[in-house]
Amino acid sequence: MLSLLPVQKLLRQLPAGPAGRPKKTAGGDTAEEVTSPVLATEAGQPTCYSALRAEELRPLATTKPMVATGTGPPPTLWRRHDDLKEMLDSNKDSLKLEAMKRIVAMIARGKNASDLFPAVVKNVACKNIEVKKLVYVYLVRYAEEQQDLALLSISTFQRGLKDPNQLIRASALRVLSSIRVPIIVPIMMLAIKEAASDMSPYVRKTAAHAIPKLYSLDSDQKDQLIEVIEKLLADKTTLVAGSVVMAFEEVCPERIDLIHKNYRKLCNLLIDVEEWGQVVIINMLTRYARTQFLSPNQNESLLEESAEKAFYGSEDEDAKDAKAEAASLAKRKPYVMDPDHRLLLRNTKPLLQSRNAAVVMAVAQLYFHLAPKAEVGVIAKALVRLLRSHSEVQYVVLQNVATMSIKRRGMFEPYLKSFYIRSTDPTQIKILKLEVLTNLANETNISTILREFQTYIRSMDKDFVAATIQAIGRCATNIGKVRDTCLNGLVQLLSNRDELVVAESVVVIKKLLQMQPAQHSEIIKHMAKLTDNIQVPMARASILWLIGEYCEHVPKIAPDVLRKMAKSFTNEEDIVKLQVINLAAKLYLTNSKQSKLLTQYVLNLAKYDQNYDIRDRARFIRQLIVPTEKSGALNKYAKKLFLAQKPAPILESSFKDRDHFQLGSLSHLLNTKAVGYQELPDWPDEAPDPSVRNVEVPEWTKCTSREKRKEKVEKPFYSDSEGESGPTESADSEPESVSEESGSSSSSSSSSSGSEEEDEDEEEGSGEQSEDKEEEEEKRLKRKEKEGSQKAASGSTGRYPLGRASRSPIPPWHPPHRSLGPSQLLSPAFGAVRTYELLHRMAGEGLSVEYCFSRRPFPGDPHMVAVQIQISNNTDAEVKSLRVSEPKPLSGMRIQEFPEIERLAPGDTVSVVMGIDFCDSTQAANFQLCTHTRHFYVSIQPPVGELMAPVFMSENEFKKEQGKLMGMSEITEKVTLPEKCRSDHAIVQQVTSAANVGRVPCGADNEYRFAAKTVTSGSLVLITLERREGAAAQLIVNSEKMVIGTMLVKDIVQALAQ
Amino acid sequence: MLDNGFPLATESNILKELIKPPTILRTVVNTITGSTNVGDQLPTGQLSVVPWRRTGVKYTNNEAYFDVIEEIDAIIDKSGSTITAEIQGVIDACVKLTGMPDLTLSFMNPRLLDDVSFHPCVRFKRWESERILSFIPPDGNFRLLSYHVSAQNLVAIPVYVKHNISFRDSSSLGRFEITVGPKQTMGKTVEGVMVTSQMPKGVLNMTLTPSQGTHIFDPVTKLLSWDVGKINPQKLPSLKGSMTLQAGTSKPDENPTINLQFKIQQLAISGLKVNRLDMYGEKYKPFKGIKYMTKAGKFQVRT
Repeated sequence: MLSLLPVQKLLRQLPAGPAGRPKKTAGGDTAEEVTSPVLATEAGQPTCYSALRAEELRPLATTKPMVATGTGPPPTLWRRHDDLKEMLDSNKDSLKLEAMKRIVAMIARGKNASDLFPAVVKNVACKNIEVKKLVYVYLVRYAEEQQDLALLSISTFQRGLKDPNQLIRASALRVLSSIRVPIIVPIMMLAIKEAASDMSPYVRKTAAHAIPKLYSLDSDQKDQLIEVIEKLLADKTTLVAGSVVMAFEEVCPERIDLIHKNYRKLCNLLIDVEEWGQVVIINMLTRYARTQFLSPNQNESLLEESAEKAFYGSEDEDAKDAKAEAASLAKRKPYVMDPDHRLLLRNTKPLLQSRNAAVVMAVAQLYFHLAPKAEVGVIAKALVRLLRSHSEVQYVVLQNVATMSIKRRGMFEPYLKSFYIRSTDPTQIKILKLEVLTNLANETNISTILREFQTYIRSMDKDFVAATIQAIGRCATNIGKVRDTCLNGLVQLLSNRDELVVAESVVVIKKLLQMQPAQHSEIIKHMAKLTDNIQVPMARASILWLIGEYCEHVPKIAPDVLRKMAKSFTNEEDIVKLQVINLAAKLYLTNSKQSKLLTQYVLNLAKYDQNYDIRDRARFIRQLIVPTEKSGALNKYAKKLFLAQKPAPILESSFKDRDHFQLGSLSHLLNTKAVGYQELPDWPDEAPDPSVRNVEVPEWTKCTSREKRKEKVEKPFYSDSEGESGPTESADSEPESVSEESGSSSSSSSSSSGSEEEDEDEEEGSGEQSEDKEEEEEKRLKRKEKEGSQKAASGSTGRYPLGRASRSPIPPWHPPHRSLGPSQLLSPAFGAVRTYELLHRMAGEGLSVEYCFSRRPFPGDPHMVAVQIQISNNTDAEVKSLRVSEPKPLSGMRIQEFPEIERLAPGDTVSVVMGIDFCDSTQAANFQLCTHTRHFYVSIQPPVGELMAPVFMSENEFKKEQGKLMGMSEITEKVTLPEKCRSDHAIVQQVTSAANVGRVPCGADNEYRFAAKTVTSGSLVLITLERREGAAAQLIVNSEKMVIGTMLVKDIVQALAQ
Repeated sequence: MLDNGFPLATESNILKELIKPPTILRTVVNTITGSTNVGDQLPTGQLSVVPWRRTGVKYTNNEAYFDVIEEIDAIIDKSGSTITAEIQGVIDACVKLTGMPDLTLSFMNPRLLDDVSFHPCVRFKRWESERILSFIPPDGNFRLLSYHVSAQNLVAIPVYVKHNISFRDSSSLGRFEITVGPKQTMGKTVEGVMVTSQMPKGVLNMTLTPSQGTHIFDPVTKLLSWDVGKINPQKLPSLKGSMTLQAGTSKPDENPTINLQFKIQQLAISGLKVNRLDMYGEKYKPFKGIKYMTKAGKFQVRT
């Protein structure tokens, strides 16, 4: 089809979509792309196609002659990205991958690739995981635009959600939830619900992540989502905790009641949660604690209040008040911190040592908002440490320190020097540090701080210098002792060469002088002199205002200043002009004799000013101060109006009231409420019921108090014990346990190799005894139904009846030293051993073969089920070279054959063991049994009960494990027990005969518990049989392997019915 | 790795397992077998209690190196007295050990450490009670610990700077003279010395002659940098010369601050010493190495 394309079209379109062309993999520079319209006019392949593979070039090559000739047939089928489409349609993963890489690169560069949608979506089912991931990226980007087509991919995700690989399940859910197509909301909801009870914590984590995505797509789902959140909040794994709290914060931060039951768990898990989860949890718990506990500082604040009252109130009424206060104080019971409050503080404290600045900041704000005054100090050190990090982190931390240092100054005082400013700091950091230094200033350290400030004033950074002068002003207002020193220093600055510095100083001096003008006429005089030099309008205005305000202190100078200003009035800035008018008015009122004419003159000038503001002011003042006949009433009050006592300005930090925002939040940083900010509630007056946090402890765990549970949880991380490697709650996944098994089995086999020789010697030495042994064996087999089990176990443990094949390739078996998590594999418990027929005497022409499951671990390979095979020669000839050949196992199944039996005398019986790895399925293992003359096709089909090995676990462990295997993994069946099968003994016997399981001790006497692990994958199988009244009973099987669970239920029910 | 804006995995060991970093060998294998660098299994670490460590780590040479690096942050006064000085240290590790080793690192003088922050692998309880670092290390390079030496201890300042920078009001020339010398170096040589200074805007150019090393003055950014190199205590390095100032402008009211960088090998200026490193959990004997180094952090001299 490409052979039909018109040249012109091709040439025109190529530059339009350069990304559509195959890009050179190596060094495809843009110059090449720009000049590419000339491609293919000359001989040779266009350079930009050189990276393509041969098959890709073929269609293009066919077009070439035509391009060269320049005669284009009419129909146009070429569109952009055709090459990409073709690559996507090819069978080769590498081509698809290449195409997807280019498409994603296009998306990243902001180019539209949406017309490729159908071609890409087809590949969503691709087996190659890399292609699949890129298709996912594409889908997330374009699904919202092409909703109908996107629906085509949904089924793939639904399949992906059932994939045995947890990574695939998770990523399918992640992408499904990222596709913003409203039609699939129900599917997403279903997927999230299902994933929330997935056995892999990683998938559950992804489910938690999906919740806010669905919520933003369709907020009507809120109620259902809250249910899922509630369920996930109850999850005990650390992996999930952070994500679900994040979902909680996004979806339903107001449902604080959901946290009650999980509060203690969250506190205890906190230390093991990953860093970003910790931040979310800590912030949420801060809010929670503010609603649930009493203020730890309430008594202190009350004390302070009453002390203040007593101090100021000398009158009787006040004294009475104070008494009442004291009484109420006494009435109030002494504050006792809620143990849960304490728990939170205790468990977050170690996180101050985190390497992650966000975590440290989160803990710091938690302590600031929740801890008793005396304990808040611990956070200072950690916050100061953060000041060493990047300037962005510094900025945020300093903002928070600035707020904290206002409320709790003492906390940071020891670290004063850490806030000293370096010339290399960025300006905004300098200004924040200055803020902190100012907040920390007190009478003891003010001299050091001022000395430090002196160096800052000489800095080249003028903004910073201005801020320093402001800071000096604040120090002077706050600490009366140094006011004069500061003022003198500032006055010295007035002679600074830099105008900005002088102006800032004037402004600050003005504010300071307002507090005590009487003593400072000298300074005012000095400043009056400055009017000649200073050009900064704000400073000039300030000086004029000062002189006008305190003209009675400088009666001689003031009129002179006015004279000078009148001269230059027309050239002044507006704010200066206003102040000149102001000064004139004030002088007119106080000293009208000297300044009457000047004032008139100034007012006249102002009357014709360009600025109407100034004209208005002039008119207004003239009416007010110059008595005429018309202006009546107000004139009398002019003096009061102009020369009223003005309160001194309060210089205070801009961080003063910021602490009503939760520290560390964006809102606090911006000092304005950001979208999605959750208000930090005030402490309640009465503590809400603390019992809501009590978790219903089932009977069996009542002994484990909270402390104990905490230990358990903390153990994996910070405990001293060496047994860390054992999986904890957070590590209940398959790959973990498998790897561990393999690790331990290898170690056990290596340890056994040493004793191998010994064993062999022994066996050789006991050659003579072999006959006796064989007899014994025969006897045992006869008695197999009844007492066989116990006796055999005790009689020949560890020694396998390997017949005469003494040099076995199978290493002797040693008890495994592995510990599978909390439970240990037991040596098998024997119920009654059943034998099955493998080869009938008739079919085998006199050779009869029977097999039974010995229920012992197969030596050498713990994943194999040991099958004991008994071969008897009923012919009258010797059977030679009896062996297994051509095993045809199904996929994954492995068979370890028994060693070849060289000869079997007539009438003789031999017993051998072979191992079969059934892969936890009840599929039959097929193989051939060969003699020297014949081949017999045989198959061994294991009952499901034989695919497992018993494990020992305590009642608590059992409960814990069972708790993890709920939902889909739990199968419940009602059973009616027959008459003879109601005694304890009978029940246990029947169950253990049906399945190779171990009994788990149980407190209740009408309940029976058994546990086992499947041989291949080691997944737990838990059986609970609960007897009700009469014959009724309930059977519960918990197992990840649902097929095994179902079959096991059937088998046990059958066994019990017998 | 982020999901919906929320961090999903930030541990480098996990990310490396998800997408294996390309190596030459892997590229070759990939082109032959057609496999990719993208892992198709969930990294085991993600689910385990030690999420920072990969499983199945194997090395032929088992080695663990620890670098104790201390930085001195200081502000030195015009007259040479110390205004503030702190020591911030880190212990960077490069651990290449097979299997799941459990390491303990103990110090001769752990009391020195005032404030510490740990990699998540360090067991906090153990540190609290015994002042021992006990951890299962991540694979490869990581920062085990960063610490702060308590402010009570007086910090030994290993170098001093003599300076004489003066602008004259009348002329357009200024004098510039800096000498760097060692002080309290515990007998070690100070190397990698680098002096930088931001000159005031009025400085047009500088004519300087160093007694050793090279110097550059950038007339645009007004940044003077002098790469001194090693300090020889017998012959102290110095940089002398004159500055040309913009004619007509008054002299700048601030002298430039001098920023100093230096390195001292084989010395932890706080005196911190690692006592021993033990390994449990694995059978082989690893090679262990500890290196000390002192560097200048934010080291400023006001003039």
